[in-house]
Amino acid sequence: MLLRHTPKEITERSALMINPAKTCQPIGAMYAALGIHGCLPHSHGSQGCCAYHRSALTRHYKEPVSAATSSFTEGSSVFGGQANMLQAIENIFAVYNPVIIAAHTTCLSETIGDDLKQIRKKAITEGKIPEGKYMISASTPSYVGSHVTGFSNMVKSMAGLAESTGKKNGKVNVIPGWVEPSDMEEIKRLTNMLGVKTILFPDTSGVLNGPLSGEYKMFPDGGTTVEELISAGDSIGTLALGEWCSGDAARTLDTQNKVPCQVLDMPFGLKATDRFIDALRIMGGVTVPDELSMERGQLVDMISDMHQYLYHKKVALVGDPDQLIAMTEFLVSMDMCPVHIVTGTPGKAFEARIKEITKDMPFEVNVKAKGDMFLLHQWIKNEPVDLIMGNTYCKYIARDEDIPLVRWGFPILDRQGHQYFPTVGYKGALRLLEKILGALQDRKDRDDPETTFELVL
Amino acid sequence: MATTKKKMVQWDPAHVKAELLSKYPTKVARKRSKQIMINEALENETPEITANVRTTPGIITMRGCTYAGCKGVIMGPTRDIVNIVHGPIGCSFYAWLTRRNQTDAGTDGANYMNYCFSTDMQDSDIIFGGEKKLAQAIQEAYDLFHPRSIAVFATCPVGLIGDDIHTVTKRMKEKFGDCNVYAFSCEGYKGVSQSAGHHIANNQVFRHIVGENDAEKPGKYKINLLGEYNIGGDGFEIDRIFKKCGITNIATFSGNSTYDQFASAHKADLNAVMCHRSINYVADMLETKYGIPWIKVNFIGADATAKSLRKIAQYFGDQEFIDQVEAVIAEEMPKVLEARADVRTRTEGKTAMMFLGGSRAHHYQELFAEMGMKVISAGYEFAHRDDYEGRQVIPDLKVDADSRNIEELEVEADETRFKPRKSVEEIKALEDAGYEFKKYDGLLPDMDKDTLIIDDLNQYEAEKMVELMKPDIFCAGIKEKYSIQKLGVPMKQLHSYDSGGPYAGFKGAVNFYHEIDRLVNSKVWSYMKAPWQNNPQLSASYGCE
Repeated sequence: MLLRHTPKEITERSALMINPAKTCQPIGAMYAALGIHGCLPHSHGSQGCCAYHRSALTRHYKEPVSAATSSFTEGSSVFGGQANMLQAIENIFAVYNPVIIAAHTTCLSETIGDDLKQIRKKAITEGKIPEGKYMISASTPSYVGSHVTGFSNMVKSMAGLAESTGKKNGKVNVIPGWVEPSDMEEIKRLTNMLGVKTILFPDTSGVLNGPLSGEYKMFPDGGTTVEELISAGDSIGTLALGEWCSGDAARTLDTQNKVPCQVLDMPFGLKATDRFIDALRIMGGVTVPDELSMERGQLVDMISDMHQYLYHKKVALVGDPDQLIAMTEFLVSMDMCPVHIVTGTPGKAFEARIKEITKDMPFEVNVKAKGDMFLLHQWIKNEPVDLIMGNTYCKYIARDEDIPLVRWGFPILDRQGHQYFPTVGYKGALRLLEKILGALQDRKDRDDPETTFELVL
Repeated sequence: MATTKKKMVQWDPAHVKAELLSKYPTKVARKRSKQIMINEALENETPEITANVRTTPGIITMRGCTYAGCKGVIMGPTRDIVNIVHGPIGCSFYAWLTRRNQTDAGTDGANYMNYCFSTDMQDSDIIFGGEKKLAQAIQEAYDLFHPRSIAVFATCPVGLIGDDIHTVTKRMKEKFGDCNVYAFSCEGYKGVSQSAGHHIANNQVFRHIVGENDAEKPGKYKINLLGEYNIGGDGFEIDRIFKKCGITNIATFSGNSTYDQFASAHKADLNAVMCHRSINYVADMLETKYGIPWIKVNFIGADATAKSLRKIAQYFGDQEFIDQVEAVIAEEMPKVLEARADVRTRTEGKTAMMFLGGSRAHHYQELFAEMGMKVISAGYEFAHRDDYEGRQVIPDLKVDADSRNIEELEVEADETRFKPRKSVEEIKALEDAGYEFKKYDGLLPDMDKDTLIIDDLNQYEAEKMVELMKPDIFCAGIKEKYSIQKLGVPMKQLHSYDSGGPYAGFKGAVNFYHEIDRLVNSKVWSYMKAPWQNNPQLSASYGCE
């Protein structure tokens, strides 16, 4: 057994986190920053932070992830990291020449009280940021929130670049939240299909799912341009997908630039996609084309065709709040039963929302924001499930308990496809459904006795 | 940006060096110039290489931090110690199963390697201190698992807010009575790279664990294997060979290790050091305190493995043992030579670059040489000068502010347990016969003239080198992997091996030959351009012509 020391009996833990369902803020800030075209993320802290975040993102995307660091030593930790940051800015523009640096703090620089906004001002005064180049920053202390919080904070800083010229650009800002590059691409396909002009930020498509062509571009063609971010202040409205990832940025545009916003769920599954498309239609003043209604219908068709394999199947879920809310709703909408749900990102609202979505389910739901995967495993030991959905670390539980696993979320370190094939929208929901059914039916085929083994499922 | 098109056969090292430096601001160029060395160049302005110095902020380095060296590298592969990281969640999360250390705990042995433990510090802990939470976390771990030992690792904020982790762990150890609890002050900002973390880990393992178990260990030819981390199963292969030879491995530091192995390490009669950089401190301390001599070995490469086994056998000097080692080598080598002869037809003359760790960029030269491949440039990520130039430079090493922060453990001979394993005469006789104790020559002597040796290579330089020197394969870590491969050059991770392994020992050598053959001869590198990109002119002709 891989997790042989995990007891079935659940005891209260107040200090020890075991097998976390979250990681720290800076990696979220780094991922968000990679969704700006020509951006070099910068980690203001020890070298290790930057190395760890780059490694984790690289293992997930199998793509180069460039980011710089302030390389703190003991001296800078005592005297402050301003000198390191200023030196870094100078070197970055000289050697790598990005359009923009997106810097974030770490627990180290936050604890000693470094202020990136003030350092940026000093850099401007000293002429260290060349003409036509930009720097933004986000405060991302690792001891508050989670990677989701860090993502949200950097996206909010991106919104800070928006300016109002007084003349509307006729576009809708779409803030997709922490989804895969493939999902961002799919959101663009959907908005194009509707004929709504959008500014999507961040946008990691074309950045973290790039081609192999014999050429290395440190700054790939993809990403939201700085011009687009500036122009976001002139948009007719903002759709934020996911309260935890995107809400703050949308509200920043609302208060700062008077761009009205609507915060929706992430468009995973039928109902959340319905709401997204409908909101887009109304905000953009367009009609939904038949092709999209067709895609929706195909999804409904598949749910009805395969309902017998889904009905009342128990699922354990681990992931981030926005994703889990939409996924829980999707599963419940197909009469599946997500019975154990854990996220590492704190927030009471999460638990309340999950309880609301699952209130008519015939099973009790265990839900914990600020939980961990050790607890999830114990819940599973006490009440077994038919399926686990979550990141790659779930495979240790899945193997020990012999439960099928659908990989979904971050990080996925051992399977491919997430970079290229979306799980948002109706097409994405079809793919999710294909994966769920595949896992359940593979298991059925493995476990059915020879007498009842069936050709047609 | 760089593209790889036509193979350039010749390059001039001075030109490459000048190119690498040309884009840097003056101060950076001056510093990097001392870390880029043309090997054995007579008029080289940098007769010695600068290493183990700070990375310039903003330069995209391959390096990590002290915590990574301590928790990730040295203590990560221990399976029956509950390793609790005291800090915000990230540090523990990123070190969770990502280094491919393998272990064999049997069906019921203690194995916490698949777990990730953290105190998940919150802002209130930063403000009011985290000692109480740490004590509570240790208590919870003890209550849940009753482990033999609990280790605590400090992350950056812990040092800054002044949590006294050593007092907390000492108190908990006394409270439990049956569980050894100790802490590592391995805050990420200490030192200039992972290397400082290795040193801190070595010190605490020696101080708190080594020597704890005085029970006699059965077996003959008892050694410790230092600096072997069982990545991809390397340690398993070495242990297989040891077993066959009749060598008793008391403790591996720290691949597939247990608490008791460390605790019994002083029972060995010889220390065989693999990774000199990460563990030579323990080797020195074991010699001073317990009288166990150490030798440098290398089990990467079949010839190197045979040589290392012979070296171990020669130390013990027992003819039966020497014969057994020869018999094992004779049995293992034919398969290796067969595989080597096969791949060599496809790998001979190809070139490689390696920028790794503090020993691996040296060790793997043997394997490439066995395949007829030439390493045209190499360097370390976190080595010190002695890893480049040899241990004889240690007395001349400058102790700078960053090194001074890392504790040097003062060790003396143990009053009761110090026992020289060889008499002065025996040692002398061995040395007269050409036997080398405590000797490591470093990377430079094994690299050809006019190759480039580069310390703390960064992303910009890596890309530029590939563009200018066009190696057939590049070896570094995960962060470097895909930017190199985008250029159409295969990249092999030699920290964690991507997938696969072992590459140590005899079977490992065969695995490595096949792996490199696969990489440098893969068809995929010929697919970079589509037909219409290779031949963009429009020229129409009729099908019937």
